[in-house]
Amino acid sequence: MKRTIPVIITFVVGMLVIISEFVPHKPFGSIAGTLENWFLIIAGFAIILGVLSLLRMSGHKINSKAPNWQYYLAGIISFSVMVLVGVLWGMRESRGIFGDGENLFNWLGAKPFDYLFNNFFIHLSATMFSLLAFYIASAAYRAFIIRSFESNLLMITAVIIMLGRTSLGNIMTGWLPQNMQFLHLPRIADYIMIYPNSAAQRAIMISAALGVIGSSLRIILGIERSYLGGGN
Amino acid sequence: MSYINTHVRWERMTLFGILFLAVMIPLILPIGWRTDVSPHVQMVYDLVDKTPPGSAILISFDYEPSTMPELKPMAMSLVDHAWQKGHKVIAVALWPMGVQMANDVFSELTASPSEISSDEIPDVQTTDVKEKDESDEMMTPAVSANSIRRYSSKRYGIDYVNLGFKSGAMVTIKAMGRNIRETFPTDTFGTPIDSLPIMDNIVHLRDLAYIISLSAGDPGLKQWIMVAHDNFKVKVSGGTTAVSAPGFLPYINNRNQLRGLMGGLKGAAEYEKLMGTFGPASIKMDSQSIAHVIILVFIAIGNVRSFRRRRKQRQARDKE
Repeated sequence: MKRTIPVIITFVVGMLVIISEFVPHKPFGSIAGTLENWFLIIAGFAIILGVLSLLRMSGHKINSKAPNWQYYLAGIISFSVMVLVGVLWGMRESRGIFGDGENLFNWLGAKPFDYLFNNFFIHLSATMFSLLAFYIASAAYRAFIIRSFESNLLMITAVIIMLGRTSLGNIMTGWLPQNMQFLHLPRIADYIMIYPNSAAQRAIMISAALGVIGSSLRIILGIERSYLGGGN
Repeated sequence: MSYINTHVRWERMTLFGILFLAVMIPLILPIGWRTDVSPHVQMVYDLVDKTPPGSAILISFDYEPSTMPELKPMAMSLVDHAWQKGHKVIAVALWPMGVQMANDVFSELTASPSEISSDEIPDVQTTDVKEKDESDEMMTPAVSANSIRRYSSKRYGIDYVNLGFKSGAMVTIKAMGRNIRETFPTDTFGTPIDSLPIMDNIVHLRDLAYIISLSAGDPGLKQWIMVAHDNFKVKVSGGTTAVSAPGFLPYINNRNQLRGLMGGLKGAAEYEKLMGTFGPASIKMDSQSIAHVIILVFIAIGNVRSFRRRRKQRQARDKE
């Protein structure tokens, strides 16, 4: 029963939403609208679920002194501080329990939450993302080696795209006469992106869409039940 | 083994050091290279430029601080352009932190030049654009190159609004297509939508002239195309990080699913060029260009080393 009822609900709701796409009139249109509103409410609660999951998982790692448990502790402390200052003094667009915290505002130049967000979170996030550049440079140096015809092709394409997507590519071939402009690096890069790239992307997108349709049908028809948890 | 590890570590540290300098030096001393404008960025520009004054438009801030360097310059240029053309800008966010991103852009563009700290935007002058009446608002402000326009007279709730974040991604957009006012009954500050003059006569997505999503991933531009354009026939355009731009090119087709695309920092720099400004994206493009060249040099060195190593191995085999 614990598994049958959710499967029946999934089937009924899934079928209603599919039918409403083809018959957007009453009652299907309004039912689909109501279901979407329910989804928005449930999606809001997912944030609470996420927070609980984060705390439970991090707490477990800290308790069992798992490798790098210190990072999980730092995560919980950072999370708690942000929640606390947000609840106590609010954010730019909202008041907290203690109002706007004028004294702290005068001292920091912003509300504590906004101060931490602007001066810590933004820079740390940007740093994390920027580290990719270093790893890509190191990986390119080691891995982008010509070994076969395919890797040769890949590297030539990568060089053209990298140069064509920078100002330098423009400078390198910008001097070419009008009748040789087809060799202008940004133009070649655009050609590669618009034609071969788009063709490959379309193939991937169509395959992925077919995969999504297939797995959705499996879920709606009750063949795929792993989302219910509890093993098979 | 220890020698190899030390060698690899030093090699990696050298690569990182060179790349760091290649990125930093052009940021401190901008070179000023300009880029060609690609047809896709021109399409975005034309969409904004040809929309009649007074139209309400929607910009979705679907990114967070990690991708700010690429997407914020796009947001700045787009809002600047939209205000130049007299559009009313409605901001929403499919990402929780998109709300702050939108607030950040609005406060920077509406701050008077005296409020901007000198270290905020290096080597970029600011020009205040004040509209006295409706007709002035439609005029293109006369500003020199190397300037960022400021609109200190733009008023919240009349010229722009931030409706905030709503979870649900595709379903949220679908709900907005049916009724924006029900999906966002208040703005991000808790002000009822009915008391905001900018929202007068805006009920459905169809009431908007166009939608632009500045997207760092999922949910984002893809969902706007699939729902806002494909279901509700609203013009959709966007900007994405460079890494995800190739995935959106198939949507620029004869059905106009996507009306142009700004890909990464280059897309933002191209838009700045069209706007006649030398803003943050143009400055950062120098760094990106140098970094790309350095990476290409690394690849060439790596290939030469690999070739020599393989030749040595071949010679050793031949001797045996």
